[in-house]
Amino acid sequence: MWSAGDRLLSVMSRHPPTTLVIEPRRGWRFIDWRELTESRDLFRFLVSRDVKAQYKQSILGFGWAIIQPVVNMVLFTVVFGRLAGVSTDDVPGPLFYFAALVPWTYFNNALTGAANSLVAQSNLLSKVYVPRLVIPLTPILAKLIDFTIALSILFMMIVGYHAFSPGFTFQNPSRLLVLPVLIVLMVLTASGLGMLLSALAVRYRDIKFAIPFLIQLLMYAAPVVWPVSLVSPQFRVWLGLYPMFGVIEGFRSALISTHPVPWDLIASGTAGALTIAIVGALVFRRQERWFADVV
Amino acid sequence: MGLRKAGLAVRSRGLSKVYRIGKANRVAETLVGTIAGWFRYPLENFRAIRRLSQFDDEDGSDVIWAVRDLDFDVHVGEVVGVIGRNGAGKSTLLKILSRITEPSDGRVEISGRVASLLEVGTGFHQELTGRENVYLNGAILGMTHREIDEKFDQIVRFSGVERFLDTPIKRYSSGMKVRLAFSVAAHLEAEILLIDEVLAVGDQAFQRRCLGKMDEVAKSGRTVLFVSHSMEAVQRLCNRTLWLDQGRVVADGDTSAVVQEYLQQWRESLDSTYRAEDMESGAATLTSARLLDAAGTPTEHLSLGEPFSIEMRWQHHEAIPGAVYYIRVFDNRERLLFAANTSDTRLELDTPGEHRVNCKIESNVLTPGDYSVTLGCIIPPRTTIQHVDRALGFSVIHHFLGDVRHIPGNVIFAPPFSWSSNVGPSKAAT
Repeated sequence: MWSAGDRLLSVMSRHPPTTLVIEPRRGWRFIDWRELTESRDLFRFLVSRDVKAQYKQSILGFGWAIIQPVVNMVLFTVVFGRLAGVSTDDVPGPLFYFAALVPWTYFNNALTGAANSLVAQSNLLSKVYVPRLVIPLTPILAKLIDFTIALSILFMMIVGYHAFSPGFTFQNPSRLLVLPVLIVLMVLTASGLGMLLSALAVRYRDIKFAIPFLIQLLMYAAPVVWPVSLVSPQFRVWLGLYPMFGVIEGFRSALISTHPVPWDLIASGTAGALTIAIVGALVFRRQERWFADVV
Repeated sequence: MGLRKAGLAVRSRGLSKVYRIGKANRVAETLVGTIAGWFRYPLENFRAIRRLSQFDDEDGSDVIWAVRDLDFDVHVGEVVGVIGRNGAGKSTLLKILSRITEPSDGRVEISGRVASLLEVGTGFHQELTGRENVYLNGAILGMTHREIDEKFDQIVRFSGVERFLDTPIKRYSSGMKVRLAFSVAAHLEAEILLIDEVLAVGDQAFQRRCLGKMDEVAKSGRTVLFVSHSMEAVQRLCNRTLWLDQGRVVADGDTSAVVQEYLQQWRESLDSTYRAEDMESGAATLTSARLLDAAGTPTEHLSLGEPFSIEMRWQHHEAIPGAVYYIRVFDNRERLLFAANTSDTRLELDTPGEHRVNCKIESNVLTPGDYSVTLGCIIPPRTTIQHVDRALGFSVIHHFLGDVRHIPGNVIFAPPFSWSSNVGPSKAAT
């Protein structure tokens, strides 16, 4: 079946080719959107390669997408909730943690995957030409599938708790509309940081050891294991510049109604996400020219 | 003038690529190191970083020009061979044209879609099936989903792995993987093809099919740049050849002429004689050695099957009872092919003074290629008097009694042979 995109591409390939000029590039460049869209098929295959390879020979298959956040949820409930007595804002512990873990697990895995992608795929860099941005962006897209699975489990949990637990009722369904915004922020931040770290990792060997450590720091900086109520109001907006801060709290507010939707955090978070995405892209594009030489 | 009007597919002017090595590369390899460096040597590092993108100190010993000032044009439909020693810049040129690495200077204009075959099977994933990998690899090489759909059957047929299409490729033999990978690449639709020595893969039958396919491609009017070490393949497929050495164009023109020049120069650079620089302090010194052909003339190259001998002159400074000379012949991959020594002979090497010996090898079964000879003298079992690594170098060439003989690339020996046919009595009776 022909789609509009296919038709356009086949027409383009029958036109006389334009001349490509290859010369040393200087200065800063931003993302080549045209090239990225032309690589749609490549994206599709690389993403499906990642996904299939991850699940092909495991018994649980896509179950692995759930195990990671669920096990963490159990751990956090026991360690932070019960043992350490960290407040969960009057919401059942498992829900409190799982609501945060769904977006956090995506961020964690997407960022790790992206940051390590260039070094892991050095043969793609040095043996064939693919638009370089495709490489870190592939895990960013691929992990969204795991995210969707975990999110559906979260919905099921909410329905379950709502029906069977007297301590919790699902309220304010209109708040669910903020979820797409949060998802965009989450993806933007992971992309920006992913592009930045992957470009640096090619050049500086110590980055790859720093990545797990950095992500741990980022987790504690976001209200994943602790409630936002612990932060005094004057710091909120500043902390909100870290986009995941607003994303996690936003997820909680929309799904388990701990607090109203944190528009202030989302606003600062957007500024932060846009900044990191632009910086990440610029650094990546500038370093791109050396990738094949130093990897 | 635009490329199309001039009928050009590729136009290169002043193309250069430089790598910085050694002391100038003081930019640290770790981020921590780099940041610490900023504090310790702020000015130095600033200058070092700026210098990375400027190459004014052109001939400093800390830079390598992989490719330097390349000027050439390739017309649409030409099949151009690119030859040269290792390190001449051939692969770098292809990488620049494939946009894998950026040039440091100069400019290349390319008109038409480019497909590069620098390695087969890039992106193949073991867990995926053959079918899935065809799509994946095709996409990586630049084909769209539609294109792969259209060509899928052809690709599979050429590779010969139909029966195993839906098995993960980790179950394939290496030969099957290579055939599948090459098959995808061979069906790339592009006006310009860049091919780097991928033909040195697979078995005999497959290599023949690859050469056949390349022939087809060459005749189809596409522009091809073909890097190879096989003078035979280049002569068969290319009408024009570029010879690169140390990053520069040494010759550019008709293939047989350029290949002749190349072989000539390369033979001349082999050292088939050895002369000692000074007298060693040991009990004996190898003063000179040389390679002689069947007629006894010193030579750098031998024909296929030509008997040869190695002559050595040793100066014994004292009496060495039990001295044994040895020769060891290695191929260009440092593999020991054969060795000979004087321990089973009746040669008298005990006395002091000069000894001249000759080792004749009657049956030369060496395949065409480069060889090196290590010479030495020991007192068995383990006392070394002198050991000269790679004292001599020589090459065996494709000529057999004046004819060019085709030796398949992956055989180990090339013994002389002759064919005859037995005509049976029933046929002769007619």
